[in-house]
Formats: sequence, C-alpha cells, structure tokens
Amino acid sequence: MAKVTLTVNGRKMSGDCEDRTLLVHFIREKLGLTGTHVGCDTSQCGACVVHLDGKSVKSCSILAVQASGSTLTTIEGLAGQGDMHPVQAAFKTHHGLQCGFCTPGVVMAAVDMINRHGGALDEETVRSELDGNICRCTGYHNIVKAILAANAEMSASRQAAE
Amino acid sequence: MYATNYHRAASVSEAASLFAGGAEAQYVSGGMTLIPTMKQRLAAPGDLVDLRHIPDMKGIAIDGRRVRIGAAVTHAEVAASSQLATVCPAVCRLAGMIGDPHVRHMGTIGGSVANNDPAADYPAAMLALAATIVTSQREIAADDFFTGLFETALEEGEIVVALAFDAPEKAGYAKFRNPASRYAMTGVFVAKASGNVRVAVTGAGSDGVFRQGDMEAALSANWSTDALSGVTVDPGGLISDLHGDAEYRANLVKVMAKRALAAAG
Ligand SMILES: Cc1cc2nc3c(=O)[nH]c(=O)nc-3n(C[C@H](O)[C@H](O)[C@H](O)COP(=O)(O)OP(=O)(O)OC[C@H]3O[C@@H](n4cnc5c(N)ncnc54)[C@H](O)[C@@H]3O)c2cc1C
Ligand code: FES
Ligand code: FES
Repeated sequence: MAKVTLTVNGRKMSGDCEDRTLLVHFIREKLGLTGTHVGCDTSQCGACVVHLDGKSVKSCSILAVQASGSTLTTIEGLAGQGDMHPVQAAFKTHHGLQCGFCTPGVVMAAVDMINRHGGALDEETVRSELDGNICRCTGYHNIVKAILAANAEMSASRQAAE
Repeated sequence: MYATNYHRAASVSEAASLFAGGAEAQYVSGGMTLIPTMKQRLAAPGDLVDLRHIPDMKGIAIDGRRVRIGAAVTHAEVAASSQLATVCPAVCRLAGMIGDPHVRHMGTIGGSVANNDPAADYPAAMLALAATIVTSQREIAADDFFTGLFETALEEGEIVVALAFDAPEKAGYAKFRNPASRYAMTGVFVAKASGNVRVAVTGAGSDGVFRQGDMEAALSANWSTDALSGVTVDPGGLISDLHGDAEYRANLVKVMAKRALAAAG
C-alpha cells in the first residue's frame, strides 16, 4: 500500500492505494472525481486525459504512485465559479460532442494544445494534435471547429489583457 | 495488473541498488510501454524502480556539434528543443512524430532505446547517427547495442543514462505510420557526416532496426534521390504481417528513404 498525495484542481488531496492502482482509478474511486473516463485498455483512446504538472497525459497509463507529489488538473477543475472554461463553452456552442464519453479527455487535450501553441493553431495542427483522442460519434469536424473558436477567443482576451 | 512494489530512485546508483535488491525488478521511465504491458499482464515486475526523477538523466546538452540527451528526457522535450533544432532538427521532428501528444509528454528517449521495439522511431536515429549509448556501466556504440527484437546489449540491471552523438551535416527521417498504432510501418533515417552516409530502417526488419548498406553506398557516391532509384531492396528478412507483406515493406523502405533524403536537403 502507498499513500498518494496530489494537488488536485488546486486542493491538496491524499489517499491510500495499492502500488498497482492506476491514476485514473485513484481519481475516480478514491477522489470521487468521475469526470475522467476510461474508454479503452490499450492506452489509445484519450478519454482519460488529465494535466499532470501542466501537461496532458493519459491517466490510465500512469500509476497513482508515479504521480504522487504532482499537481493534477481534471475536467472538474477547468471551470471557474459557475463559468464554463472557454473551451467547454465553445464545445457547447459548436456542438463539439454527441454522447459525451470522449469529451472530458478531448477538452483537456484541447486546453493543452491551446496552451502550447499560444494562439498559432490552424485546422491541420488541431487535427494532428488530436491523434491521441478517439471520438466514435462526431467525426471530429465540430470538435475541430470548437477548438479553433476557443483558441481565437482565448488569444483575443489574452491580447486585450496585454 | 499483478501487484508490484514501487520505488522512486533519486540517483542512478540508488536505482541500480534498488533493482539489485528487488524481486523480478524492472525500471520504469515514462511507462508508455511498460504500464500498458503490465495492464495486459504481459509484464509482472515484483519491484518497479522509477527513473523519471533522477536529475543526472535529465536535460539536453549541446557542446559545439556534440549532443547529449539525458535518458529521462521526454519525446515532447526533444521535439520542442530549439537548441537541438539548430544542430540536428531531424531528431526533433522524429520525436514529434512519436505516438500522440499525451504519449510524448511521458515517454522518454531512454525507455524507447532500451525497449528496442522493432517499430519504434528512436532506434533508427541512434543507429544512423552512430550514437553512443551511455549506461550506468559503460558506453556502447549503437552498432553493437540493438541486437534483435526487443533485445539490446544491456546487461541485467544496466541503466541507459544518456544518448550522445555528433550532429551530422545533413539528416532526415521519414515514417509511414500505422494509422491505428502510430508506430512505424517503415521509418528510414538518413545521415551524412564528413562524407560518410548511414541509412537506418525501422519497422520493416524481422530482427528489428537495421542499416541499409546498398543505400549507404549509393548515397555516398551520389547524395540524390536518383541514386536511391537504382537500389533494389531485398524483401528477404522484412516483416510480413496483416498491415503489409515483405514486398510492400521493401517498396516502403525505398519511398521512405527518398522522403528522408528530401527532408535532409
Ligand atoms: C498509444 C501509443 C503510441 C505510441 N506510438 C509510438 C510511436 O509511434 N513510435 C515509437 O517509437 N513509440 C511509440 N510508443 C512508445 C513510446 O514511445 C514509449 O515512450 C517508449 O517506447 C518507451 O519509453 P518509456 O519512457 O515510456 O519507457 P517505459 O515504458 O517506462 O519502459 C520501457 C522498457 O524500457 C525499460 N527502461 C526504461 N527506461 C530505461 C532506462 N533508462 N535504462 C534501461 N531500461 C529502461 C523498462 O524497464 C521497460 O522494459 C507509443 C506508445 C503508446 C502508448
Ligand atoms: S482510457 Fe483509453 S487511453 Fe486512457
Ligand atoms: S461524443 Fe461520443 S465518443 Fe465523442
């Protein structure tokens, strides 16, 4: 057994688990944050994507003990007090989801790619950045539209702030 | 997944002693190969020694044309290294083609080289660049390191600490990705350093990564795609599987070599 301590969505949280417990199971079952999904057992679908120390990772392919001591952001941590994150809002506006199963992972991947590319995102880049996220419903088209729209809005508000 | 005992090493020597004291111990770096394998119960290390937090295994150092990449450096860090891009952009581009963004944030160059998957990308670069694999015990030339499918010259408990090479005058990599797995169905890395040309092929050989001698000779005489057009690739010894047979891969070797050459300029 191990004691795992993480800063999750800004709050310090800890729990006991077996060394073999996957981070995604720790998040869902120990921390009760069930927004992060498990969509495959081959590390390919991306439904489990969270941010570990600010970077998108597959929480189904990391042990909770490997992550101990880190800062974690899950889908529950994106929205402010009552306000959706601009990426979440854009998914709503542009119909970027259907069943919603892949959506938490796709949104976390989208926030990560927008952070890394700092405004310089085009359709081709978005599509290749989505390599690690599989969606069985949308055909990706509206996902791409939503990410580009959120990116434009976020860069505009960044520029306004400068 | 079977039960395991996790240990986080703070130094290379601590990692080696934790490994020696463990039962059926295995190292874990990014875990992007090992954890999925453990999930499938195809690996069951009794003790797991984490190398990801060892300071000596981090960072990219460039001294003139000499490049040293710490084994725990992630694919994303290599892809984004502007310093490395000034001397050997082909390696940055290769790293950016591995898996997907989330895999690249965790997976490491040391883990990839130690694992020597026959369809992995880095082994082709290391072999074509005549890299030195720096371990906890010695230095191994890439030519002696990759010994077969998932096989390397590493001894039990030996740790890859860094990868070192001289940046070549020209280098390029081209990969035909398996669209589902993202691994190379065939990848070719070409490098030219002081007139010496090396061509390494991954994803295609039944024994893993290999050098394509005929292409090396042709490109040494004439660094151009015309020279490659004259080379016949023997399908003997190439992989046949549901994704493509040996003849198909033999053709891919040639096409990827031409694209790699075009990328090298
Ligand atoms: C969805 C997906 C897609 C992928 N696509 C590609 C691809 O397109 N191309 C590609 O090349 N790879 C691909 N990979 C594999 C990925 O690149 C891995 O990161 C890499 O193969 C292993 O690196 P790691 O740090 O994750 O190693 P780990 O999984 O931690 O370890 C792998 C093996 O190496 C050993 N090991 C690790 N580090 C060391 C060390 N420093 N010294 C000695 N032994 C060590 C471990 O004991 C283990 O046996 C993919 C993986 C996934 C999950
Ligand atoms: S659950 Fe499918 S990649 Fe993590
Ligand atoms: S919305 Fe259903 S899987 Fe993506």
